[in-house]
Amino acid sequence: MLRVPITSPLTELDRKKERAPVPKEWAYAPAPESRDVVSIKERYGHFVGGKWLEPSETYTTISPATEETLAEVGQATPEEVETAVAAAREAFENGWSGIAPAERAKYLFRIARTLQERAREFAVLESLNGGKPIKESRDVDLPLAAAHFFYYAGWADKLEYAFPNRRPRPIGVAGQIIPWNFPLLMLSWKIAPALAAGNTVVLKPAETTPLSALLFADVLRQAELPPGVVNIVTGDGRAGAALVKSEGVDKIAFTGSTEVGKAIQRELAGTGKKLTLELGGKAANIIFDDAALDQAVEGIVNGIYFNQGHVCCAGSRLLVQESIYEPVIEKLKRRLTTLRVGDPLDKNTDVGAINSKQQLDKIRELVEAGEEEGAEIYQPPCRLPEKGYWFAPTVFTNVAQSYRIAQEEIFGPVLSVLTFRTPEEAVEKANNTPYGLSAGVWTEKGSRILWMAERLRAGVVWANTFNRFDPTSPFGGYKESGFGREGGLHGLEPYIDFDGTEPFGG
Amino acid sequence: MARLPVKKTYKLFIGGAFPRSESGRTYEAEGQNVARASRKDVRDAVRAARSAFPKWAGMTAYNRGQVLYRIAEMIEARDSEFAELSTGLEEVERTVDRIVWYAGWADKLAQVLGSSNPVSGPYFNFTVPEPTGVVAVVAPDEPPLLGLVSRVLPALTGGNAVVAVAPEKHPLAAIELAEALATSDVPGGAVNLLTGHREELAPWLASHMDVNAIDVTGADDGGAAELERAAADNVKRVVRGGPDTQSPWEIASFLELKTVWHPVGQ
Repeated sequence: MLRVPITSPLTELDRKKERAPVPKEWAYAPAPESRDVVSIKERYGHFVGGKWLEPSETYTTISPATEETLAEVGQATPEEVETAVAAAREAFENGWSGIAPAERAKYLFRIARTLQERAREFAVLESLNGGKPIKESRDVDLPLAAAHFFYYAGWADKLEYAFPNRRPRPIGVAGQIIPWNFPLLMLSWKIAPALAAGNTVVLKPAETTPLSALLFADVLRQAELPPGVVNIVTGDGRAGAALVKSEGVDKIAFTGSTEVGKAIQRELAGTGKKLTLELGGKAANIIFDDAALDQAVEGIVNGIYFNQGHVCCAGSRLLVQESIYEPVIEKLKRRLTTLRVGDPLDKNTDVGAINSKQQLDKIRELVEAGEEEGAEIYQPPCRLPEKGYWFAPTVFTNVAQSYRIAQEEIFGPVLSVLTFRTPEEAVEKANNTPYGLSAGVWTEKGSRILWMAERLRAGVVWANTFNRFDPTSPFGGYKESGFGREGGLHGLEPYIDFDGTEPFGG
Repeated sequence: MARLPVKKTYKLFIGGAFPRSESGRTYEAEGQNVARASRKDVRDAVRAARSAFPKWAGMTAYNRGQVLYRIAEMIEARDSEFAELSTGLEEVERTVDRIVWYAGWADKLAQVLGSSNPVSGPYFNFTVPEPTGVVAVVAPDEPPLLGLVSRVLPALTGGNAVVAVAPEKHPLAAIELAEALATSDVPGGAVNLLTGHREELAPWLASHMDVNAIDVTGADDGGAAELERAAADNVKRVVRGGPDTQSPWEIASFLELKTVWHPVGQ
């Protein structure tokens, strides 16, 4: 039987005649997300005991994309930190630790729901204060932050099932210090398991990105969380140091640089305080010659340019099997030319602003070192905004294992490319750093994924994907990337005391 | 005429061999001249442990359990010697039983401590425990045999390679233990025992960049704090337990958790 054509060639030709001519030059039409959804106060205090505490010292927080001042926030003094710790202690002793676990769960569910309801407001604020693309804060940070509270809410009244025969008890007051790369998400990674386990919290957001944590205080108000259960003090490292030193704190959880992590471990030596550290990384993203190359190139881009490379588990070292080196680099360079760098609030933006002047200087210094050591630099043609802190997506080829850009964490949109011949060599190179946070493997061979995963000394191994997170999936490092896990069942453990229970033998 | 007994020279246990201290020094303990290890012996022991680590960690869990059980057999066979060097036969028997208990854990850790995680998206996501690497143990003085074994076995059961500083005041049981280990199928270097002055040796282990974790149970409060501070140089895991405990969570303190996102598709 003859097939009847759906459109005759004639009508198609007619349609073409009617069509407007295709313009030769496309003008870029920005699609900015509205700022009106969030209102920023001129001045914020510290959130202590359910109230705003007027700070004795302040500093201004800015938008790194425009350098405009967003608000004046408190620089917590050691006395103010102590006030917050005392409020947390009071809430722990008189109420929170005695509240029925099922009720505790409901507060967390409320927080999760409120974050979902106010997601856009938080996403815009996160992009404004941190410089990250709205696409990411909207589609990654916020859904994950809400999911994290939702996940841990359910654990609050099920801890005996998580730790059978161990009689889990809360620790007390947790001091939590978080970084500026995922301000609200890191807040949720810290606060959700701490509250689920029955602790109270003093949280210090990063110096450059305090606003989403301060807006989170309003979520706590709406959730009617008892005063003092969560306290938020802002400021730079001095405030963090005061929190670490505070005698009223039973546990410190820190996410940030390895350098500061080591200083905290030294400071806490001999105090008996519990400590978890989630520190730096220099992850290898390993591409085998049988990988789906286009998919792998997307994974490389997501691995290092996601959030401007301000990701501790970023795939900052690309290990390509020699036989596919040229096509991968060619595809990668072509893909880089399509990345949109610019206004974080523009929905089309792929790469936003560098978080701070200080971070930009650090990136520049290491990139200069890379050039001096002999690596070959590639940056796609792109016009960077004049105001604000920007760095073009960068690829280094001809990188030797010993170069600083192959050993040190850059924490920016800078990729170092190395090659390998055999899986053994890939493992050897991947493991050859003091870090061990994450790794990526791209291959179509399932048995090779598991062979590699067994040998990579890293806390998270992604296969045919990268930078993927889930509240049920434990996250944390080997070696100098820190210890302790966040997420999943294992993420509860740092917030629980098991003293006096020796279920087996003993 | 009375026969003159042949006396034993008390040496270190490094990489499966029994060398004297490279420093040529000894100290007197329990009426004997015992090797007094130096910084260089620490270095050699860490090297031996690092090179033994892949072999020990790479064994099947079942095999590791069998080797650990073999240690218990070797101690039981020399129980009267061990009894003389410790507080008595009861301590030896408890030591043997403790080793058997740990031997049984080797192939159960992944099931008790691991998980599979129901992530969103087409991934099979699972978490498995893995050994931390090279673990330093500063053993307590008392009980001489059980204290050392209680601290070494959790790390060893988890697949780590160990460098232990023997009880300073009672090192002879530790040396006897080394001889039992040498005949028990434990790969050379998986356990290394150094005798000598704790205050001299422990700080080198605490600050060593190729040691991944340190058990400071044998140090006093001030010493433990000092070791913990030094341990921060490479973010070592620091454990302070009891001289006479047994728990799977002690094994867990010398384990890392690895989470794998494995794709699911056709």
